[in-house]
Amino acid sequence: MAVARVLDAGMADRVKVSLTGARDGRGFLFRTLLQLALLLTVVILAALLVQVLTLGWETLATRLGDFLTAESRSRAHEAGVFQGLRGTLWIGVITTLVAFPLGVSAAVYLEEYAPRNRMTAFIELNIRNLAGVPSVVYGILAYTIFVTLLRPVTGGKTALSGALAVAVLVLPVVIITSAEAIRAVPDSLREAGFGVGATRWEVIRSHVLPYAAPGILTGTLLSLGRALGEAAPLILVGAVAGSVGYSGGLLDPGQLREQFTAMPIVIATWSTNARPGFDQITAAAIVVLLVVVLMANAAAIGLRNRFEKKR
Amino acid sequence: MAMTDLPLATGVLSIGDLAGNRRRRGRERRVRRFFVAAALTSLVISALIVGSLAVEAGRFVLSVDLSALWTTGWFPREGFFDVKTLITATLIVTAVAMLVAGPIGFATAVYLSEYAGARTRRLLKPVLETLAGVPSVVLGFFALTWISPHIVQWIEPAAPLSNLASAGLGVAILTIPLVASVSEDAMSSVPRSLREAASGLGARRMTTSLRVVVPAAVSGLVAAAILATSRAIGETMVVLIAGGADQAQFTASPFQPSLTMTAAMASLAGGSDAVVGQGNAYQSLFFVGLMLFLITFGLNVAANRIVRRVRQKY
Repeated sequence: MAVARVLDAGMADRVKVSLTGARDGRGFLFRTLLQLALLLTVVILAALLVQVLTLGWETLATRLGDFLTAESRSRAHEAGVFQGLRGTLWIGVITTLVAFPLGVSAAVYLEEYAPRNRMTAFIELNIRNLAGVPSVVYGILAYTIFVTLLRPVTGGKTALSGALAVAVLVLPVVIITSAEAIRAVPDSLREAGFGVGATRWEVIRSHVLPYAAPGILTGTLLSLGRALGEAAPLILVGAVAGSVGYSGGLLDPGQLREQFTAMPIVIATWSTNARPGFDQITAAAIVVLLVVVLMANAAAIGLRNRFEKKR
Repeated sequence: MAMTDLPLATGVLSIGDLAGNRRRRGRERRVRRFFVAAALTSLVISALIVGSLAVEAGRFVLSVDLSALWTTGWFPREGFFDVKTLITATLIVTAVAMLVAGPIGFATAVYLSEYAGARTRRLLKPVLETLAGVPSVVLGFFALTWISPHIVQWIEPAAPLSNLASAGLGVAILTIPLVASVSEDAMSSVPRSLREAASGLGARRMTTSLRVVVPAAVSGLVAAAILATSRAIGETMVVLIAGGADQAQFTASPFQPSLTMTAAMASLAGGSDAVVGQGNAYQSLFFVGLMLFLITFGLNVAANRIVRRVRQKY
């Protein structure tokens, strides 16, 4: 009662308003602004998808089979993305074979073996910095090392050099995401393993890696998506902008030591081609690439959501 | 192993008995060595990056007439390597990108961290992640065929189809998810007790967000901005496709085509006569690469340092 006597009528009203938020005009405005920003992001994504789908629809609807199996030609209605798909497939394969075992191993070392000293801190810092190096710079590295120095192994400006460039590019991201997944493994699991006499490697193999697998796989799939969409390092390595001379099949590994192109290169080349019909086939090629890349991403996101719910 | 074989049963226990099986120890050492080698690969890669850039860039600086680095445009095949053309274009694209992506990404992060319920987050985060997964060539095409005619030429009808502003807006779309996710991480790691204290004092949600959470997370937000800037500076394909030709007159206008550092490198390498070791033009690629590397490296080191300081605080 003492309190009520101190509050005059107007003050009681103000207290009521601030407790219920009924007249919080500025707060409402602020919230609306935030929602607008979010809406804008959604709209941008929608506009992008609508733009490529409407432009590319005719090509995809009328000659999808031909578009996927034809080579790049100078006339838009005959051109296809077969060579790009072939190159992108092999870039994905090599990246998976090189970057993932190497990246996961490095992550295992950093989380399970490395002593907490300055050397380890330096390696970790170095990996974080590598993750921020622009992709063109990896192109220069790949040109100097894989194309020039290791020419006897890679054959020069070949699919193998391009794929290795991309593998090196995604390596730091693979290490960082795998290390995060391994760090999230509860120590009790390791202690249980050591407690029954397992060695460190045995604990890692039977406890740590299986528990961290969904997290590692998520990061891996996300970086695979990035690897398949990269164009800049491939340009530096000397990916062919037009049609590639080599005419091997989709699964022929011999092409690794041949000239190559890839979906992002095909898209980049066609998108600046002003001749009629090229906007349409560029959009169609983008739809094809997006289907591949976004499938990898969707798999990663789905996997993570499933396991987050479980734990 | 039967119980009677155990040294404990006989009462004599030596160090050798506790050290375990020799075969297992050997395998342990080999596995460890493999993991160490994998971790050291990253150091080798860094050394190779610096080495491959520095050698050719050094040759370029030694062989080129230094006045060619400050002329009226970037025409590498004619021997004009105007650095300020590239730097200005890079700054324009980065500024446009950050002016757009900064507020949008930041607002998105505030909403996701302070306002959105669990259900909204589950719906919206995949949208951001999808946007983050869109390859940059796709945004280049989008910038050239949609942003440029519908947004940039609407603002400035005299602008040609290829211009720096469209490239900047394309890069902005690419960096929004990065700004949003790093800022959201920073704000989510602000302890709940701070928000509860603010609410306990009668602060509204907006006040709590802007006066308590944002100041507490400010270093993380700065780090997000720096990382996004570094990403925008290093972005290649959007600028190459939407930003202009493979040589450029100096311009300070966002409505003109020009070349950023990254686009200059890609067009040198991807040009019709490709990188075939033709003297200066070829080596300028490495020189520009070194500049780009040093700039982004400096920004990344700064951002990492800030992020680590935040982690130590909470």
